Amino acid sequence: MPWRLMRFALSREHPEGRMFRTYADLKDSYDVVIIGAGGHGLAAAYYLARDHGITNVCVLEKGYIGGGNTGRNTTIVRSNYITPEGVRFYDASIKLWEDLSEDFDLNLFYSRRGHYTLAHTDSALRTMRWRAEVNKHYGVESELVGPEFIQRELPMMDMSCGGHAPVLGALYHAPGAIARHDAVAWGYGRGADRRGVEIHQKTEVTGISVNSGKVHGVQTSRGFIHTEKILCAVAGSTPRLLSMVDLQSPIYIHPLQAMVSEPTKPWLNPIIVSGSLHVYISQSARGELVLGASLDPYELHSTRSTLDFTEGLSAHILELFPFLSHVKIVRQWAGMADMTPDFAPIMGKTPVEGFYLDAGWGTWGFKATPVAGKTMAHTVASDSIHPLITKFSLERFRSYALTGEKSAASVGH
Amino acid sequence: MKMIACPIQGLRPVSEFFYWGEVLDSPDPDTCTDQEWADYVFNRNGVAGIKKEWWCHIPSNTWFVAERNTVTDQMVRTYFYGEDGRC
Ligand SMILES: Cc1cc2nc3c(=O)[nH]c(=O)nc-3n(C[C@H](O)[C@H](O)[C@H](O)COP(=O)(O)OP(=O)(O)OC[C@H]3O[C@@H](n4cnc5c(N)ncnc54)[C@H](O)[C@@H]3O)c2cc1C
Repeated sequence: MPWRLMRFALSREHPEGRMFRTYADLKDSYDVVIIGAGGHGLAAAYYLARDHGITNVCVLEKGYIGGGNTGRNTTIVRSNYITPEGVRFYDASIKLWEDLSEDFDLNLFYSRRGHYTLAHTDSALRTMRWRAEVNKHYGVESELVGPEFIQRELPMMDMSCGGHAPVLGALYHAPGAIARHDAVAWGYGRGADRRGVEIHQKTEVTGISVNSGKVHGVQTSRGFIHTEKILCAVAGSTPRLLSMVDLQSPIYIHPLQAMVSEPTKPWLNPIIVSGSLHVYISQSARGELVLGASLDPYELHSTRSTLDFTEGLSAHILELFPFLSHVKIVRQWAGMADMTPDFAPIMGKTPVEGFYLDAGWGTWGFKATPVAGKTMAHTVASDSIHPLITKFSLERFRSYALTGEKSAASVGH
Repeated sequence: MKMIACPIQGLRPVSEFFYWGEVLDSPDPDTCTDQEWADYVFNRNGVAGIKKEWWCHIPSNTWFVAERNTVTDQMVRTYFYGEDGRC
């Protein structure tokens, strides 16, 4: 480290500012209470303050900011979904992502890499073609590419996968990107804080008070707060929060695990996903390989990780990249994914007046952080559902109007 | 690896099993309302706790009920459907 930089680091004159303030006490009441300081809750707070001038807001977090799925995900950002409502929504998110570092004046390491979803079977190829056409129709850059193209771009990949699952083609999505997840929470947190929003860590919501169908306040581990508007953005804890207001939902919780390898020199630019092998891989700015797979097979409200997962994932990654056999795994972890039957989120208003929901983010919600914050802020501020999220209402499970995102969301996240 | 007690095969590794969600009572499709049916088909009790679930030992195709703590992942007991005198 250059001496000059060292001196700067030790200087009392230029201390690095805190990302957000801490408050000794909660106020008696707020215009809006946001439960959960993950990316989604903080983004909603940011846009409420910045775009709607609503700043008498607090964000309550039972742990620390970004300590939920926001800080546990594998940070893939893409918009190559299969339903029109999904493609439009995630594409709006990508447009926000592209300016976010500048908005925050904070480097999010947002890195556009290109994203391949490999097809090893005819039926997978058909789904890729379908997705490419829907994407192009909505102006999203996606195309079906053949084995020659893939081999040229990824010479280090074994195109035959050890001879038993040859790659027949891929959906190539140029805007596919990765970002630094913690920085996203910090950037939104700092931006909201600077505009007057209070962030309270280590403050758990333990009950919600509803009077004749309307939100009246929240009970927390640090006392009661009056409010008429609550935004619930708690991902893996959603069923528990919904039970506090007596709402039913189809959300079920399964763990999703991931792991990273020791750092290697940069050799893998794009993000690679294989639905058939149930794996995906990318290389972070630090050189670590970030590796993931599909959801754990049964319900569990825990962030434990398992050896079965590491073994299975490693075996499949070696089919694609046999030369990685000497690379060591250095960390593994899990998050609790709030899954929905149609692999789309549940957002907007609920039958309880003043109780707004941002949930059902399962394994795919990191990329939606900016657009979810923006559309939920609009919905809370105006009490009217933002046009981009009307198809994602809780009501769809009463009116049998599900979306069909599974083929585009199940492994690729 | 985690082991599960199949009522016929005894303790077997979890990778030999298939999970099929909570045991739910179906309303009568001929008499229930569309809302009751939607509730049965889609809604789930997603809150953590000790739950009664369908599991299957795949190699022997043995379907059974397991009572499992969904926070600690401990199996409380396993038995055939109807054998607990309640379901
Ligand atoms: C391993 C893994 C990989 C993933 N990979 C991707 C990916 O590549 N791309 C992608 O788009 N998505 C991915 N996801 C999904 C993504 O991480 C989530 O959907 C997203 O981060 C959800 O953000 P959130 O802000 O809604 O929730 P969270 O970040 O989980 O925040 C919710 C917060 O609520 C708090 N909370 C809970 N209960 C209470 C309470 N009672 N009171 C106060 N606070 C409470 C929690 O402590 C938590 O901090 C992945 C998820 C996992 C687990």
